[in-house]
Amino acid sequence: MTATDATNSEREGTVDRDDVVLEVDGLSVTFESDDGPLRAVREVSYVLRAGEALGIVGESGSGKSVTSMAIMGLLPRNARVTGSARVLGQEVIGLTDAQISKVRGERIAMIFQDPLTSLNPVYTVGYQIAEAVLAHRNVSRAKAMERALELLELVGIPHPEQRLRQYPHELSGGMRQRVVIAIAMANEPDVIIADEPTTALDVTVQAQVLEALNAARRETGAALVLITHDLGVVAGNVDRVAVMYGGRIVESGPVEEVFYRPRMPYALGLLGSLPRLDAGRRERLNPITGTPPSLSAMPPGCSFAPRCPLARQQCHEEEPLLLGVDEHGDRVSADVTDPAAHSAACHFSAELGESSPADLFRPARQGAGEGGAAEDTGGDRADTAPDPAGGEPILTVTNLVKNFPIRSKGLLRRKIGEVQAVSGISLELRERETLALVGESGCGKSTTARLLLQLIRRTSGEVYYRGQPLHTLTPRQMRPLRRDLQLVFQDPFASLDPRMTVADIVAEPLRIHGEGNGSARRRVGELLDLVGLNPEHGSRYPHEFSGGQRQRIGVARALALNPRVLVLDEPVSALDVSIQAGVINLLEDLQDELGLSYLFVSHDLSVVRHIADRVAVMYLGRIVETGTTEQLFGAPAHPYTQALISAIPLPDPVKERTRERIIVTGDVPSPADPPSGCRFRTRCPKFANELSAQEQVRCVEEPPELADRGSGHHDACHYSEVVELI
Amino acid sequence: MSENRAPDTVRTIDADGVGGVERTQLQMITRRFLRHRPAMISLGVLVVITLFAFVGPYLWTWDHTVHREIPPSVPPNADHPLGTTTAGNDVLGQLMRGAQQTLKVAFTVSILGTVVGSLWGATAGYYGGRVDSLMMRIVDVFMIVPLLVMVAAIAGSVRGGTTWWAVALIIAAFSWAQIARVVRGVVLSLREQEFVEAARAAGASPGWIIVRHLLPNAAGPIIVAATLLVAVAILLEAGMSFLSFGIQLPDISLGQMIGDARTAASTRPWLFYPPGVLLVVICLTINFIGDGLRDALDPRQTMERR
Repeated sequence: MTATDATNSEREGTVDRDDVVLEVDGLSVTFESDDGPLRAVREVSYVLRAGEALGIVGESGSGKSVTSMAIMGLLPRNARVTGSARVLGQEVIGLTDAQISKVRGERIAMIFQDPLTSLNPVYTVGYQIAEAVLAHRNVSRAKAMERALELLELVGIPHPEQRLRQYPHELSGGMRQRVVIAIAMANEPDVIIADEPTTALDVTVQAQVLEALNAARRETGAALVLITHDLGVVAGNVDRVAVMYGGRIVESGPVEEVFYRPRMPYALGLLGSLPRLDAGRRERLNPITGTPPSLSAMPPGCSFAPRCPLARQQCHEEEPLLLGVDEHGDRVSADVTDPAAHSAACHFSAELGESSPADLFRPARQGAGEGGAAEDTGGDRADTAPDPAGGEPILTVTNLVKNFPIRSKGLLRRKIGEVQAVSGISLELRERETLALVGESGCGKSTTARLLLQLIRRTSGEVYYRGQPLHTLTPRQMRPLRRDLQLVFQDPFASLDPRMTVADIVAEPLRIHGEGNGSARRRVGELLDLVGLNPEHGSRYPHEFSGGQRQRIGVARALALNPRVLVLDEPVSALDVSIQAGVINLLEDLQDELGLSYLFVSHDLSVVRHIADRVAVMYLGRIVETGTTEQLFGAPAHPYTQALISAIPLPDPVKERTRERIIVTGDVPSPADPPSGCRFRTRCPKFANELSAQEQVRCVEEPPELADRGSGHHDACHYSEVVELI
Repeated sequence: MSENRAPDTVRTIDADGVGGVERTQLQMITRRFLRHRPAMISLGVLVVITLFAFVGPYLWTWDHTVHREIPPSVPPNADHPLGTTTAGNDVLGQLMRGAQQTLKVAFTVSILGTVVGSLWGATAGYYGGRVDSLMMRIVDVFMIVPLLVMVAAIAGSVRGGTTWWAVALIIAAFSWAQIARVVRGVVLSLREQEFVEAARAAGASPGWIIVRHLLPNAAGPIIVAATLLVAVAILLEAGMSFLSFGIQLPDISLGQMIGDARTAASTRPWLFYPPGVLLVVICLTINFIGDGLRDALDPRQTMERR
């Protein structure tokens, strides 16, 4: 669409500067801190033309957000900004607050990650949009309200008249983010900067918000800067992309160029470390080793050199400039303002050629130290995966139900309702297999995980571990069984006690189960080695480690008692892409080596496709579809599964723009008052578009049961039909 | 090339250049405390005051009681460096004894009140629900009843109501509630943290979680409350003495000395200022030491090994 149009017109015409809306030139940001200056952004330059969409990708700490905050003049006082940024020719760096306020909102608008904090909770949505209009236009309040209504309609909010009078807390996350987009486009700005606009949202809602963002662009003709860590979102929504690392742009170019022919090892590494929805199961990921550099201690040469497999002497000494590259990767000096130019900051971009990430970042066996026994399994490990049909069931769940009471405030705390978090699910986890439990936030997947481990009490239903009922045990009786059933958490920051050393954290389960000090200490050394950490670092505290390392500590703790089953609650979703791949590989290796069974709870279908043997999809406390990974991704039958799969952005620009989509509307209903019959019917595209009124009655009245489609592939839809999506 | 890199991956992951000798936890806490200058100075001062209070009486000629040989109402001189009282006490002797009694009361109250209050508050906070409601209602009762009224009621019936430990017990009985409230508040938010759930998943009992996880993480607020309690105890003791329920003559405490000398501050300043200044200094040093302890116990305070 816009992408091809824009590039075509640019190639025909000469590079003229008339339609440049934002020009950033040599922008640097330094924060003064107790540890000396932190160089968050270094010499960033780019040009944005009218109607164009630029994606800025990078991991946390790469300086991608700070760059935009500097342009908006939103940085705190201890930031020193140098260089220039011109909006429609007007310099904005160094303006006073009063001066830049005229530019903000009128010419540049910004959309932040968290829509809850960027809206004021004490004013109605309509008032806040109208206020944005009034700030820059001399119109009456009534006119401003009319405009607000029009904007809400544009971003696709149903019943906009009612919504105008509501407060932010009455809207869902996706709805709020669309209100923020409406505010951003209120004055038809020339540039919209969106900073991780969909990171806090579920995938199906993300698709809706991205659609609203595109609608805003179409309507206002604004250029877009889309800042994100998600390569899939970038692939489908921008024309050009800039990759940031260590505060610099290390590669930039048209999105197809960068995705298909990266000229900087970092970009290639990022693509290689991404689990993909369109790749086969268990194709080994290629993580980038090491962690991003600390801003206070940047390496002298190329900031990526310490992690780069191509790095040699020159890379460690001399920082490469961002130069244009031709189709062979040879470095030519090209005009940065040329939108078709592909440039990279690497001394040896020519050597990358057509290499694949696997050639460069050959998977190295993490933790293959003295303790590790297995050989490097090399590439694909599908051959070692167990036969999905085989294997003894190790953990069985039947008709599990959990209702959380809603209590009145006050002394009596009477029960006034129930949140139906889990409503009758049955699962079977087999020996040595990975069963993934997938769903959006609030679907009850984490509750299920905790119910299995008896961390919360079920309302009804049964849980058996190797034939032994767990649901009837007292906490004291359960304690010895906890050796076998362990849990890994999502947040590597909150799940480690900040007051304990890493050795104490890992040893804690051993001590609880009465292990002596000496043997516990030996075991801690083994465990840290097993998860790829230096055992000598056991005396450090968690805050001295990076996110990926902390997650490894969490895994080591869970393994301390030699469990049979690991419940992994979103174990990689808080991690950066390049770090995430290393942890996924580690989990796979550990499973092979120790014969573990995993219950893998996740919202990320790409990761699930990569790691799981079987998948169960949850929606509002019910399982709607379950089958092997191949069945589920190859032939999804339930409309919800189909919608989920098609909402996952693929990190592949061409596939992403051409694939068939099944869009769900609206938000997940409240589990305190789920819809009758089929719980998905309120958002179901099939229900809304394909079914006749008579057929619909069945969906409203009769809750569908999980029915076998043959060969163990079950789905809970009265009118299910297989669709191929990938 | 990539083959060569493979084996050292394990090392690269945490080769983040944190050198230095590894130390045990206790050594690190001690080191951090030693580096906290105000706390170290305060500790020195407090040690001196403690020696003065506990060893001093053995070295000094006069004790705190009335002696016929002592001339009444004499300003500081060579025989009596801090002067004498109207009744014929040596003020320096009184100061030593007074500081001793005050320190004993203050520390006993602080330790008892903090231990009981922390455990009570942490238990209430950890269990929540009905247990919490019941335990906190009991706390409320202790906070609502005016301390001095209770003291008046109890003191008459307690045998030996004028000894320092009886006074300390009575004050402690009514001041732990404050600590319990603070600790419960902190624990309510701590117990939702994932590391608490992690411990439960590993099979830890509630007692283990409270002692190993909740209390250490609540150490900051607990220490602040404990140091405040020292000051509160000193003041309460003074108040009780004044109402003739605390430490009674001929025994003496700092609060009592101040109370007796309150009208003499301008006419016979040597009676008022020594106990007054000593009281303030004790409270200040304890607050600084508390600050130092709080920082030293928090491993996120990265004064070293950065």
